[in-house]
Amino acid sequence: MNSPDSPTMTTQPPRTLFDKLWDAHVVSPESDAAPAVLYIDLHLIHEVTSPQAFTELKSRGLKPRRPDRTKATMDHSTPTLPAGADGRLPYYTAAAESQVQTLARNCAEHGIELFDMGSDQRGIVHVIAPELGFTQPGMTIVCGDSHTSTHGAFGALAFGIGTSEVGHVLATQCLLQRKPKSMAITVEGELAPGVGAKDVILHIIGVIGVNGGTGHVIEYRGSTIRAMDMEQRMTLCNMSIEAGARAGMVAPDETTFAWLAQAPRAPKGADFEQARREWSALRSDEGARHDVEVRIDAADIRPTLTWGTHPGTAIGVDVPIPAANDAAARKALDYMALEAGHALAGTAVDVVFVGSCTNGRLSDMREVASVLRGRQIDARVRMLVVPGSEQVKRQAEAEGIDAIVRAAGAEWREPGCSMCIAMNGDLVAPGQLAVSTSNRNFEGRQGPGSRTLLASPLTAAWAAVNGRVSDPRELFGARKEVA
Amino acid sequence: MSGFRELRSQSVVLRQTNIDTDQIIPARFLSTTERAGLGRNAFNDWRWQADGTPNPEFPFNQPENAGRAVLLAGRNFGCGSSREHAPWALTDLGLRAIVSSEIADIFRNNSLKNGLLPVVLAEDDVQALMERPDDELVIDVAARELRTPDGRVYPFPLDAFAQTCLLEGVDEMGYLLARQADIEHYEETRHAR
Repeated sequence: MNSPDSPTMTTQPPRTLFDKLWDAHVVSPESDAAPAVLYIDLHLIHEVTSPQAFTELKSRGLKPRRPDRTKATMDHSTPTLPAGADGRLPYYTAAAESQVQTLARNCAEHGIELFDMGSDQRGIVHVIAPELGFTQPGMTIVCGDSHTSTHGAFGALAFGIGTSEVGHVLATQCLLQRKPKSMAITVEGELAPGVGAKDVILHIIGVIGVNGGTGHVIEYRGSTIRAMDMEQRMTLCNMSIEAGARAGMVAPDETTFAWLAQAPRAPKGADFEQARREWSALRSDEGARHDVEVRIDAADIRPTLTWGTHPGTAIGVDVPIPAANDAAARKALDYMALEAGHALAGTAVDVVFVGSCTNGRLSDMREVASVLRGRQIDARVRMLVVPGSEQVKRQAEAEGIDAIVRAAGAEWREPGCSMCIAMNGDLVAPGQLAVSTSNRNFEGRQGPGSRTLLASPLTAAWAAVNGRVSDPRELFGARKEVA
Repeated sequence: MSGFRELRSQSVVLRQTNIDTDQIIPARFLSTTERAGLGRNAFNDWRWQADGTPNPEFPFNQPENAGRAVLLAGRNFGCGSSREHAPWALTDLGLRAIVSSEIADIFRNNSLKNGLLPVVLAEDDVQALMERPDDELVIDVAARELRTPDGRVYPFPLDAFAQTCLLEGVDEMGYLLARQADIEHYEETRHAR
């Protein structure tokens, strides 16, 4: 990051946060003929996208170069119901169990730290790495999972990779990368009561489109972002990929440092103070240029859901679904069995899912409990509340959130990805309509034939109570606006 | 990976925009620890009916499309997850090239590592090609162009490094392993973290 020669003569042009993170990790620079070799500080692996990478290493007679920079957990294929009377976990399929065992075997063989089934620190990879303090400002972080963008909330360059690249990082701790372009999204102003980070990111994807971020790294900034806590920033950065972006990030600040000060695996004592000084330089310089700039007014953001089959179909809860002007929109409306011209508010709901790497953190559990306390969910609704990690589960239970959830008639589950990706048997039945706090509403995402409306935890919980999509601003006594 | 110089094939057309990785290979088929055999489940929920019989409407089930190696797809193909199972499934299905006006980043990266060529053309050009799926297209990796039988030539962008890897069958892992000295130097000299 520092110019090695004569600082007095160097007037470095202003750089973006992304430029700084990129520059600091270039092992060899890119040229026309070859991409940059980029060093990776932290590699997260899970059971679904790593087995073939370990097989590849084995076939080439290679070993992981830096097992100390790799952390592993299982989350996608894991059951969210507890072990049965026989002590066995209820895996959905033999293949799922075998995949989990394969990860454990690979980690044991190569000395990779694993947060295994039974560990009180296991959970969704994008929940536990920040929780434990592995995720730190200034790092490059990759994982064979597109929602790795979550970690950008700490001012890290974090992005999803494929299994071949998981193999590259295991073997060399590096990736071949062309530098993406940069996009600044500035959000200014105060969010209305009942409107949160999930609404902000859904609104942003609605504005820039499901492919609006393709080829770009997004930096989120502005007073609205500064006012967000770390969990809100993670929700925001998590869904950057849903706009097609390579990564999303927020410059670190006192909010970030306060989180890291209590994270068990973050630097301690003098090391923390030293790190904090370096982290404080991680911000875009005055005058640094982004390739694309987008401005969003927080006052324009309503409680937001999706009506279609990709996350770009985001609209306010009380805003009519737009008229279908192409074949794709007609197909989406047909699949969703929704009608243009009607608002989503009032739509009957079969399933409500709270959880995932987007909204499975303690603050999300608390929001849901704030709605369910003293209330019952509608008798026709099945509701799953799935904490994102063992730690989230433990803290929520210490606060009595599990009891509130159960008393309301909802299910309180074990940590995992669960119904977001529906690999573990937590399924939405064909034709059922789910309001989900997860990140994808693709056809069949939550099970074959499932229909998904993406929403915030507040909107999801309020829909469960009413049995219909409802405006969470009602919880705050706000008068209904006319759309 | 063997070299990929030129592809000659008719096309299969999927006009749908934003075809995401959950359509290409639904998540419930990711519980495998292998790369092979995913072709059966490529586009699973569009291709197979609930009773397991083929959906006759779906292009990949139509006999005239058998053996075609080029897919002409709507804008923003491959959006969604990072699963490399998507290109594994498509190559297992027999595809060697995806032509669209936009291809999602991670899917594109994963495809290039599996000999599946992402070809990005202007939307109008993709639409024109979709009108004539029975034309034998020539996709020339060395010239970075797609040619039609009536002599039209469509240049497409292809990173020079990716092109070399395709033409010469170079694999990225080997390239990175050869940078060992640079990586060691970086680790030794960088600010301790």
